[in-house]
Amino acid sequence: MMMQMVLRRIGIGFATLIVVSIIVFLATSILPGDVAQIILGQSATPETLAALRAELGMDQPGYVRYFSWLGDMMSGDLGISKAGGATIASLIGGRLGNTMMMAGWVALISIPISIALGLWAAMHPGTWLDRIVTFGTLSLISVPEFFIATILVLILAVQLHWLPSTAYMTGEESFLELMRALAMPLITLVIVVSAQMIRMTRAGILNVMNSPYIEMAILKGVPRGRIILRHAFFNAIGPIINVIALNLAYLVSGVVIVETIFAYPGLAKLMIDGVQTRDLPLVQACAMIFCGTYVILILLADVGSIVSNPRLRNPK
Amino acid sequence: MTEEIIKTKEEEVIAKLDTFDELPDAPPKRRIKLSWVGKLSVAVVAFWLLIVVIGPYIAPFHEMDMDGDDSFLNAHSNEYGTFFLGTDYLGRDTLSRIMFGARNTIGISLLATLFAYLMGITLGILAAVKGGWIDMGISRINDAILALPTIMLGLIVIAALGSSIPILIGTAAVIYATSVFRIARALGQDIMVQDFVEAAKARGEGVWWIIKSEVLPNAAMPLATDFGLRLVFVVLFISSLSFLGLGVQPPASDWGSMVRENLQGLTYGSYAAIWPALAIATFTIAINLIVDDISAKSGGMLAKKMV
Repeated sequence: MMMQMVLRRIGIGFATLIVVSIIVFLATSILPGDVAQIILGQSATPETLAALRAELGMDQPGYVRYFSWLGDMMSGDLGISKAGGATIASLIGGRLGNTMMMAGWVALISIPISIALGLWAAMHPGTWLDRIVTFGTLSLISVPEFFIATILVLILAVQLHWLPSTAYMTGEESFLELMRALAMPLITLVIVVSAQMIRMTRAGILNVMNSPYIEMAILKGVPRGRIILRHAFFNAIGPIINVIALNLAYLVSGVVIVETIFAYPGLAKLMIDGVQTRDLPLVQACAMIFCGTYVILILLADVGSIVSNPRLRNPK
Repeated sequence: MTEEIIKTKEEEVIAKLDTFDELPDAPPKRRIKLSWVGKLSVAVVAFWLLIVVIGPYIAPFHEMDMDGDDSFLNAHSNEYGTFFLGTDYLGRDTLSRIMFGARNTIGISLLATLFAYLMGITLGILAAVKGGWIDMGISRINDAILALPTIMLGLIVIAALGSSIPILIGTAAVIYATSVFRIARALGQDIMVQDFVEAAKARGEGVWWIIKSEVLPNAAMPLATDFGLRLVFVVLFISSLSFLGLGVQPPASDWGSMVRENLQGLTYGSYAAIWPALAIATFTIAINLIVDDISAKSGGMLAKKMV
């Protein structure tokens, strides 16, 4: 039964990926611009245009082009960038690694902090420290990522001169130098992502705290800290796993801003540059990677909550 | 003696009933009492809305006047007037640009949110009331759009169509209509199975009458709190795009692009990038605090749960 549910969910996730690819393809091919026209420039004759269109397969009907595009994507042939003519795979290669590294560090730092703070706030609801956490995180999730980044630059780079304001990397620095270069974008992303996770962890635990078996434990005289750690936490793990996966998915939009503001050589910066120069093949490839990751993370979150919650496993 | 006991018991029960207005199925309270934080937030939001309307008329300079003595100066005055918040990277008055920018940032976001609501509620209630394949069709398309990060959708559309104010409004409206649709549909379905709707159906009332007189009034309160949250998301979305240089285009002023333009000034000790960032922050935090205050007091958790 559970297996069936999980498989069903994976099926939906796969279908979503297909729809995503259709959206990305459609959105970037209904535009007025014409790749052949752009490559050849204003001086192109109708004959050379037609020849290049045939060569690029642009005289084919839309669905044929879609399937050949999808096939190329699947086999790793991401096409050629309009700007400079380099293959997109080579442009993306190193950038993707940089972004993954950043995301990995953010997850590693923010997950323990968020769960600890969320638990701690849930253990002391209504105290002034809890209010500070609630108010602080609410404020943080209401402001744009670039606000947090700007304030951090002002304090840590301009006023205190502790950290560089751009994440410039040569690829040959030592681990410490690398960490110094990465520090500002990392701190920004950790703050953005943790604020969400703390709120959701706290809400998840408090939600469980309202259930009858917790009331039973309270009536038995179990101390509050023990109730949270022994009774509530394990029942809130499902929602918390969900929160973690969802927030790693939020990272996707976070990195777009953070990589731009700190000039970090990641995939998102590459994509923004692509959007600015309207380099559509590049934008398509980056969008597919980001959206694919996002869909897969959400899928993992859903599978995680199905597996961890018996009530979801056996729907009525 | 026993009578007295019964009486005090009754009083206790009545006293309890009064505290029970946070029951999940209790009707939303009509009168809203705000805490002092909530009142302050209402004042902040009202202030910015006022600036949207009168900002350009009371601003000391025009948004494009380069009258400052130099770029990235702090507060100073010269023969043209006083620059209370200093100048930006082109020597323009930061205060005036924030006043002009309010119209772009908040105006565009408000319009986009209104359109998102118009679309989302119409389709959502239609899906709930009609059901069947209409519901299926709209819901599937909706799920697909919801399954994507909003900023990615924005980037794809702007890469394809370029950036202009109508495109920004349209894109934000469609993207955020999806979440409105989900909430409106869920609320609609909830209300459609209530006894009073059954009664109206049995009386022979038409679909539009039911929507107008039974569904909308009951969905209004949760939708109103959600409107606030949605507006915050749209403001963040629009200003993030502007910050990336893909939203409102220069020389028009917009809080997001003002931060971007003046970022380099930070190293020279200029606060020109901080002021517009603070403007966004005060506006969005204030709305969130109001929503928090209302939903904590009126059982409007449904809207929050769905976010």
